[in-house]
Amino acid sequence: MAAPSASMDNNNQSHPKLSKTEKKFLRKQIKARHTLLRHEGIESVSHVTESLVVANGGLGNGVSRTQLLRVLERCGSVEALLMLPNKPYSFVRYRTKEESKKAYVTLNGKEMVDDLGQNITLYLNFVEKVHWEDLRPPVLPPGLMIVEEIVSPEDEKMLLESIDWTDNSFGQNAQKSLKHRKVKHYGYEFRYDNNNVDKDKPLPGGLPDICNSLLEKCLKGGHIKYIPDQLTINQYEPGQGIPPHIDTHSAFENEIISLSLGAEIVMDFKHPDGCTVSVMLPQRSLLVMTGESRYLWTHGITPRKFDVIQASEGQKSGIITSDAGNLTLNKRGVRTSFTFRKVRRTPCDCSYPLVCDSQSCHQNEAFPSFPENDKEALELEREYVHRVYEEIAEHFSSTRHTPWPQIGAFLKALPKGSIVADIGCGNGKYLGLNKEIYMIGCDRSQNLVEICGERQFEAFVCDALAVPLRSETCDACISIAVIHHFATAERRLATLQELARLLRPGGKALIYVWAMEQEYNKQKSKYLRGSRDSEEKEEHLNSGVLASGLFGEQNPGTSSHNSVCSISATNDLKDGGCNANGVINSKLPVHTNRTSFHSQDVLVPWHLKRDPMRDKHAEPLKLTPDLGVPHDPSPVFHRYYHVFCEGELETACRMLNNISIQHSYYDQGNWCVIFKKL
Amino acid sequence: MRAQAGMKLLTHNLLSSHVRGVGPRGFPLRIQATEIRVSPVDFNPDFVTRMIPKMEWTALVEAAESLGHLSELPRQLKEGYEKDEDFLRKVHHVLLEVEVVEGTLQCPESGRLFPISRGIPNMLLSDDEATS
Repeated sequence: MAAPSASMDNNNQSHPKLSKTEKKFLRKQIKARHTLLRHEGIESVSHVTESLVVANGGLGNGVSRTQLLRVLERCGSVEALLMLPNKPYSFVRYRTKEESKKAYVTLNGKEMVDDLGQNITLYLNFVEKVHWEDLRPPVLPPGLMIVEEIVSPEDEKMLLESIDWTDNSFGQNAQKSLKHRKVKHYGYEFRYDNNNVDKDKPLPGGLPDICNSLLEKCLKGGHIKYIPDQLTINQYEPGQGIPPHIDTHSAFENEIISLSLGAEIVMDFKHPDGCTVSVMLPQRSLLVMTGESRYLWTHGITPRKFDVIQASEGQKSGIITSDAGNLTLNKRGVRTSFTFRKVRRTPCDCSYPLVCDSQSCHQNEAFPSFPENDKEALELEREYVHRVYEEIAEHFSSTRHTPWPQIGAFLKALPKGSIVADIGCGNGKYLGLNKEIYMIGCDRSQNLVEICGERQFEAFVCDALAVPLRSETCDACISIAVIHHFATAERRLATLQELARLLRPGGKALIYVWAMEQEYNKQKSKYLRGSRDSEEKEEHLNSGVLASGLFGEQNPGTSSHNSVCSISATNDLKDGGCNANGVINSKLPVHTNRTSFHSQDVLVPWHLKRDPMRDKHAEPLKLTPDLGVPHDPSPVFHRYYHVFCEGELETACRMLNNISIQHSYYDQGNWCVIFKKL
Repeated sequence: MRAQAGMKLLTHNLLSSHVRGVGPRGFPLRIQATEIRVSPVDFNPDFVTRMIPKMEWTALVEAAESLGHLSELPRQLKEGYEKDEDFLRKVHHVLLEVEVVEGTLQCPESGRLFPISRGIPNMLLSDDEATS
């Protein structure tokens, strides 16, 4: 590079005639030149050329194309003006060297007001030739589509006016002013703390009716295959945005559609390899994200007041190309988006396991500690009981078909016309056992209750600690394999109290919990005896003669399954026994399927097997790109259990003063009590 | 099309709002139905006769009326109903055949709404609504 020569007209090293201001400009100009070289690799030259780099005259610092052109054209005719997105400089090429020299002399140190109303000072340097990185020809991320004018201006107005930002009837969480935008949820609330929805807590009212015609249009137009059941309305003021994100795979199905109302906006899509595509979402257009664009690419809106957009008219939607000769700034307006999604009821099985929480989070999860208070217990249950059952419901249900004989006998012996509640009914396998009694079921898992519904049983969703039934209405209650999922002794006692509350005087409750002792009276439980050979086990499953325990019945899985789990299936002993004696900070041990328990509080693995039929249906939706990452079909989930020691359930029951224990027994690895309400 | 459940009025007669502090005033839940279905169930007079004393009669009548399926049920239970087959058939219809498929249940005390979707009432409470 040539020796620093500050200015063509001031080639004298001493600059005796320069004023203080001129000296300052000179310093800044040199600094600009160094900065461009160091950070951008742009080399300026000391001789006159037709091209100049204009520091501070860029889209990146709020200067629009027309504004800069107006200034530059005062010095001559501009052949080309290249403005790159996010760059604080631009390149100008004049027709002649005279013109470029004039610009150099008159515009260096020139102040102008940018689009944001800020004063900026231009610094110009000659460059040999204008060059910029040739980006690959831009294409939309696969699976992404923009449908222009999906709604009319009249419908747009109607939709915008239908939003009542002041109405808070859905509770405090359904609507919030987030730091960067206003948000309202319908159907289900999207929770920003865990980036998921409470699938068992639908918001009353569902989606607004006003959206029906749009959704039908989308369905008819083939933009979506299913009617969504979740709507998020976001409102972005100019300057607001949303950080780049992928919508949680386990929360929503493949199709996500988003309607842009009120104003257009540029959304940035980014592939994990760094490739970024900026896409203009015109006013009244519909963005459709499926496949790779939905599962693999992040999308976000950069918080700013101006977007860099195509300068030429004609092209409305689509990619903002890197054609630096055709970019300018566009002032943002208030944009309101209606984003429709369908809540996912089964784990995600997309082809992108690296970014899929259904397929990868369990490999790296940090196991929870023994809960030290009620709040921690609740969180543990939420994450390691409620959520897991929701995820495994279908598979779980397929392994639960044979009623246990002694439970069946209890139900069949009840007087005709008895009203019986099954608290924690799972897939409802006991609900239809006795046609002469009226049985209602409830479960914490919406997915399991829905299976009961499909089997035409009366069932509802609730928590065993708060059963929405009148007191003393039940002639009998059963609680099968439920209470061992509660994480503190107080909570377990509270479930027993709740059972007693439901019973009429003289009514009976039958309770089963999993036993710490899987070997009793020198006999191993079916759970322990269950075959460790997965193929043999498979046969049992398919033939319906499941030789395994009530609750832990689970394929131990082949060794390849175990390797899915990065934590090796540790023996309970390793982490030391932890129990209610206040062991501080002890991680809950992970139980090895079909072995004895070594700790009362454990995480029991569930190797999820998907319904092959379901996978078959899902196949056509899958898009081709495969990252070459083996897609493991068997994610592992962990359920929290407190397995009961001999006498523990009885002792807990005896804490209640309104019941008497009728019978207490051991049944295939379970402790069981029948008590009667006094 | 998957089969789906419906909330029977017998179930409704047992349900009660359990929002903290509501107590017995959480009964009966107000039904607002957007989809009602009538599914035939085999008539079992003995079963119906055994159910009647377990019901809150007024609540049953009001629920049936609110759904437009009062089916000539009397406001007051009369003596000797166990021998009145015509009456038992009406009760049978209301208790077991009229089902709410879509709608809401509302706590009469707190106003809390519980959705009924595909025949399944979702009675889950948030942590602070539930009894501690």
